[in-house]
Amino acid sequence: MNHDAYPDNYIRGILNSVKSIAMVGASPQNVRPSYFAFKYLAQRGYDMIPVNPGHVGKDLLGKPFVASLSDIGRPIDMIDIFRNSSHIMPVVEEALTLDPLPKVIWMQLGARDDAAAMKAESVGIKVVMNRCPKIEYGRLSSEISWMGVNSRTLSSKRAPAPTQGMRLSLNRMSVGGGDTAASDRAAKNKAEQS
Amino acid sequence: MSDRLPGFSTLAVHAGAQPDPTTGARATPIYQTTSFVFNDADHAASLFGLQAFGNIYTRIGNPTNAVLEERVAALEGGTAALAVASGHAAQVVVLQQLLQPGDEFIAARKLYGGSINQFTHAFKSFGWNVVWADPDDIASFERAVTPRTKAIFIESIANPAGSITDIEAISTVARKAGVPLIVDNTLASPYLIRPIDHGADIVVHSLTKFLGGHGNSLGGIIVDAGTFDWSTGGKYPMLSEPRPEYHGIRLQETFGNFAFAIACRVLGLRDLGPALSPFNAFMILTGIETLPLRMQKHCDNAKAVAEFLAGHPAVASVSYAGLASDKYNQLARKYAPKGAGAVFTFSLKGGYDAGVNLVSKLQLFSHLANVGDTRSLVIHPASTTHSQLDDAAKVKSGAGPDVVRLSIGIEDKEDLIADLEQALSA
Repeated sequence: MNHDAYPDNYIRGILNSVKSIAMVGASPQNVRPSYFAFKYLAQRGYDMIPVNPGHVGKDLLGKPFVASLSDIGRPIDMIDIFRNSSHIMPVVEEALTLDPLPKVIWMQLGARDDAAAMKAESVGIKVVMNRCPKIEYGRLSSEISWMGVNSRTLSSKRAPAPTQGMRLSLNRMSVGGGDTAASDRAAKNKAEQS
Repeated sequence: MSDRLPGFSTLAVHAGAQPDPTTGARATPIYQTTSFVFNDADHAASLFGLQAFGNIYTRIGNPTNAVLEERVAALEGGTAALAVASGHAAQVVVLQQLLQPGDEFIAARKLYGGSINQFTHAFKSFGWNVVWADPDDIASFERAVTPRTKAIFIESIANPAGSITDIEAISTVARKAGVPLIVDNTLASPYLIRPIDHGADIVVHSLTKFLGGHGNSLGGIIVDAGTFDWSTGGKYPMLSEPRPEYHGIRLQETFGNFAFAIACRVLGLRDLGPALSPFNAFMILTGIETLPLRMQKHCDNAKAVAEFLAGHPAVASVSYAGLASDKYNQLARKYAPKGAGAVFTFSLKGGYDAGVNLVSKLQLFSHLANVGDTRSLVIHPASTTHSQLDDAAKVKSGAGPDVVRLSIGIEDKEDLIADLEQALSA
C-alpha cells in the first residue's frame, strides 16, 4: 500500500466492514481528539473499546477501559492507535500476538511508523497511517461538508437526514483518491525530510 | 464508486451540492436562518467544542455557504474553504491567523488598488507591516525576507494591467523562507489558473468578480491547500498552540491538513464577524455553475478586443498578456493556456483627456468600479480605484494617468469592438 495517498475505496472498504474498534490511548478528557473521535465512532454504530492502562476501573461513555489489547478477551476488527509515532511499534507488536489477528491497524493523524506498518502488512493486516477515522467517515459520508471541507465525493442521491446514532452511507462517487494532490505532495516531502 | 476524477465543469455544477435530505430540493436551498436547533445539551456542547460536525449560528457556518465553500475548494484543488463577506474580509481573516503585531508580510507591488490601501493603512494599525516586492523581479522577494516575515501575498493575474505572476518562482522563495504563499486568484478564477498546482498554500478570492460573475453579489473566500506545516518552531501559534477559547484544542493536531480553514472559521470569522449572507452564497453558487462557459467567452472576447485596440491608430499601447507581443505572453502560455483573463489596460496617445473622453463616449461599456461582470466595464484607474496612491505608486502598479482599464464581458465581440471604434473616433 502506498501510505502517502490512499484510494478512497481502500478507506471506504475498511469503514464499511469493521464493526469493533479498540482505541489505544483513548482519553477520558473531553477536549482530547481521541475522546471525540471515540464518541463520534460510537454514535455511528461502531462497537468501541477504550484501551488505556491509566484509566482501568473507569469507563468512557459507558464502555469500561481495558489496560491492554490482550485484556479485551474477544476478537476485534480494528485497532485505532492514538499515540505518537515513537510509541506505535510496541502496540503493533502486541496486536500481532492476538488470536485472531485484527483485520486493520489504523494510526491517527500525525502518527506514522513505516516499519511497524510493514510488519502488520506482512501478515495480511490492512494499515492506515496519519489519518483520522472520524474525519474519513465524515468525508466519505460528506457530513464533514458542514465545515466547508472538500469531501472529494459527489452524489445526486437524496440522503436521509442525519441523526445521532445512525450509520451514514459512505458509498458516494469519489472524485480522486486520498487527499488532494497538493496536500499529498506536501505530506510526502515532509516525510522525506524527517 | 471507482476513484475517477471528474472534469472541471462537472465539479463546477456538482461539487458540494446534493439533494436536500429533508425536502429533496435539487437546487441548493437558501438557508436564510441565523441559528440552528441543537438535539440536546450534549450535542450543543459537542458543536461548541468543535467535536461534532454541524451548524450553530450563521456567523460561524451555514449550509448554503458550506456548499459554496466545498465547491470552490474542489475547483481550486484545496482541502477546505471558508466563505466570507468580501474579498477584503478574506484578506483580513487570513492574515489574522498568520501575523502577530510587529510581524511582516511581503506583498507584490502589482495588486488591486484596494488591497494596496488595506495593506498600507488599515493593516498598519494592527501592527501588520507590509513589505513591497516587485513581481517582475523575483530576487526582490528574497531580499525582503526577514525573521519577522510570516507570509507572501501575490495576485495570479494582477490588477489592473492583467500581468501574469510567476507563481512557481515565488513559491520557491516562500518555501525557502518557511512561510506560506497566499495567492489572490480573483482575476484568473480556477478555470484559468489553479495556484495550488503551482505551489500556493492559501488561495483567496473576491467571489464578487468572475466566480459569481454577474455583478450582483459581494463575497470572498479562503481556500486551504493543506500543504503547509504549521507546527514548526511555534511561528504560527494560532494553529500550533493550545487555544484558550476552545479548552486548549490545538487546531493543527486536531484538523490536520484543513486546520488553516478551520482556524479562519473558528478564530477569524467567529470573532471578527464578516459573515457572508446565504442569499449571496446562493447567487454566487448559481454563477459558478456556468464559470467554465463564461470564462472562456470572457477570454476569447478580451483577446479580440485587445487585438483590435493594438491595431488602432489612437492607441499608444495595450497591456494584455494574451497578445503574442506582450511581455507577459510567455508566462500566460505557461500558467493560463486557455486564456489570459479578461481584465487589461491600454493607454491612449491623447493621454488623460483622451481617456476621459473615451469613457464618456462609450455606450455599451459601463463606467464603474468592478470587474468580472457579464457586462463589459470600463474605468480610469488613476482617478478611481488607484486614486489614493501617489503618482509614482500609480505608475508602479500599472495605473498611470493615461491608462484605461477594461473588463470584457460576454456580449458579442463585434458589438464591443464597434462601441470602442465609435468612441475612439468621436
